[in-house]
Order: sequence, then structure tokens, then C-alpha cells
Amino acid sequence: MTSALALLRRDLRLALRTPGDSATVVLFFVLTAVLFPLGVGPEPNILARIAVGVIWVTALLASLLSFDRLFQLDAEDGSLDLIALAPAPLELLVLAKCVAHWLVTGLPLIIVSPLLAVFLNLPGEGYPVLLLALAIGTPTLSLVGAIGAGLTLGARRGGVLLPLLVLPLYVPVLVFGVAAIEAAVAGLPARPHLLILGGLLALSLPLAPVATAAAIRQALE
Amino acid sequence: MDEFTGTALACVRGERLVFKDLSFRVGAGQVLALTGPNGSGKSSLLRLMAGLIRPAGGRLAWAGASVADDPDAHRARLHYLGHLDALKPALTVTENVAFYAALRGHHDAAAVDAALAAFGLSALADLPARFLSQGQRRRTALARLLAAPAPLWLLDEPTLGLDAASLDALLAVLRRHVAAGGRAVIATHVPLDVPGLDELRLGDRTP
Repeated sequence: MTSALALLRRDLRLALRTPGDSATVVLFFVLTAVLFPLGVGPEPNILARIAVGVIWVTALLASLLSFDRLFQLDAEDGSLDLIALAPAPLELLVLAKCVAHWLVTGLPLIIVSPLLAVFLNLPGEGYPVLLLALAIGTPTLSLVGAIGAGLTLGARRGGVLLPLLVLPLYVPVLVFGVAAIEAAVAGLPARPHLLILGGLLALSLPLAPVATAAAIRQALE
Repeated sequence: MDEFTGTALACVRGERLVFKDLSFRVGAGQVLALTGPNGSGKSSLLRLMAGLIRPAGGRLAWAGASVADDPDAHRARLHYLGHLDALKPALTVTENVAFYAALRGHHDAAAVDAALAAFGLSALADLPARFLSQGQRRRTALARLLAAPAPLWLLDEPTLGLDAASLDALLAVLRRHVAAGGRAVIATHVPLDVPGLDELRLGDRTP
């Protein structure tokens, strides 16, 4: 447990010292979402109709940007050997890295999302559920993305391969994340969709670190 | 007698047989030097000893108990130093070493300071690792060995890039480790003046 906390603290410290990485993710999120009103036209009804989908899709794409560095940097400088040899389960250490990844990329996305919702003319009833759905959905993105990052370790052109592996796995989060907010906007209960998002998180929380740890062990062989 | 032994080990890398029928034993207070030409499998053997590579055949044992049965306990008793220094450029020398100690469950700031002092790094303690020279980076990587205790050290060419004074510091550290009953396996191209030294020469069979 202390090993996992040490790793979490190191990753957060590294993110603070080199803030460019997470800033890139947030800026990509903001810029792509802002392109939509420019491309589709400033028609308020159309924007309100597509707002939820645009926010989720750009959040998925933005989160993808950061995964090729999640384990790659540690693998290149040899730190991954030391992490794999730490006297703690590698699964737990992977989970610590996922938590750190979510704190430096997922959390900022959630914080700026209301701003984008304003740009995209999202109806007011959608805001609480938007924040809630992103808060439950983005940790799943970090966990599932870690599997892709582990599998593409050491692969040439891993950065290109990773989205192909991970995006299909993001589909359930996208579908139910969008459904929750649209239900709220239409005055219907969002709870069932949010519960399914919670279920996806509960599923990936134990499974993704196991798969990622296995992929890393394979890459280090 | 808790010996670290390997029996009839074989290692295959990329469908190439690197070595087979390799056996060794390292008892308390002994140092095993791995020598041999480039590509003879010194690094592979060290990674295999660390448990990063599974042996294609044979068995590793600690005090008679197979390492494969309890890999967690094996990881807890070893330090591995590879070719790469595993330093984060954005962290200071102290932070790099203290992270490693914390990763291994030790939060002893005094031990980290002592480890840096042993390799003459005290003056650089607060410098980010990106400003270090090659030799200073290697010394920082070596300082990890002292920041947390472990009875088995697996070192892959630890002398790479070290000047004469740093080499003496490393040998002094090794002698102290051995005198305290520690063990070390060291891949090296330079002769090491350490008591209890045994040599294992690899690569006499041409692959």
C-alpha cells in the first residue's frame, strides 16, 4: 500500500513539475469542442441538440492523447523495471498510476466541461447530470485506456494503435454518458443510465489493473 | 544457510537460445561477477534472477525454496540496477532516491541522505536530475542501493561512466554490503576488488 501511495505521489509531483501534459489534454478538449459551433453554425437549437454528444466525444478523444505516455516514459528510462520489482502487487501500482492519471487529466476535463456546455447551449437542466456523468465515466476511461497503454508498450507506432484498441471499449461509457444527460434534459430520470455508468466503473476497477499488469509483465520480458 | 542458487537455467530471447545448463550459487557475503563478451547473456541472466524474465528451463531458489513459488518475497529482497538509470529529469536527486526507497516501503530520510553522501552526491541533492552528467546519474542510481536495505543486489555494469573516485566509493559500498552478509551479482567488464568474489564466465559457447 505504501508503494502505491509513493507512486501516486511521484506521478502527481511529476505532473505538477511538467504541467504541459495535462494542459495539452484540457486545451485539446476545449479547442475541439469550440470548433463545433464554428463548423455547424451558430443555430442554438442544433447546438443544444448535439451539445451532449460533442462534449463526450471530445472528452474521449482528449483523454486518448495522454495514454501513450502513461507507461511509455517509465519504460524508456527504466523506471518501469523498478516499479515491476517493487514489493507490492503490480496490479495495485497500476491502479495508483490510473488514479494519478485521472487526477491530472480526467478531473480538469470535468472542471472545464460546464464552460463548454455554455458554448454549446446545453439546456440548464443538463448541468448537474453532466458533471455527475463525467465524474463517474472518466475514471473508467482512465482505467480502460491503461489497458491499451500497457498492450502497446514497446510496439512501434503504439500511439496510432492505442486509439484503435481503446475507442471500441469506450463505446458503453459514451452511450450511457450521453443517455444520462439527454434524459435529464428531457425531464426523464437519469438515474438508470448513471447506475449503468457506475456499473461499468465497478467492473473496470478490479479488471483493468489485472489486464494492464499482465500486459506490462509481458512487455518487460 | 540462505543461498541464492540457480540450477540448469536456460534463457531464450527472440527465439535465440542465449544460454542453457547454467548454474550458480551465491551465499551470504559473496559476490558473483558475471563476465563475458557482449551479447553473452549477462543482462538477460540478471533480469532472469530478478524475476523480470521467466527462465525457459531450470530453477532459481533462495534458501532451497523455489523463487517461482513466492515471487513477491523474492522481489522484496533484491535491488536491481539495469543499464538505464531510471531517473526522472524533473525530480531532484533526493526525490529520485527517496521515491525508490518509498516504493520499497522505506521512509527513512536519514538513510537517503547517507546514501547520497556515500556516493558524493550531497552537494547535488537538490538539483533536478536533468542537470546531472552521465557519471552523476549513475551515482544517483547507485545511491538507491543504500536508501533501502536488501540482501541481494543485482547490478548490470554498475561502473559504467564512473570516474576513479566514484569507482572506489562503489567498491567501498560493496565491501560493506558483503561484510554485513549481503550478496551481489554484478555484470562487469572491469575487475572488482571485493572479498568473496567468484566469477561466472558466460558465452564460451558461441551461439
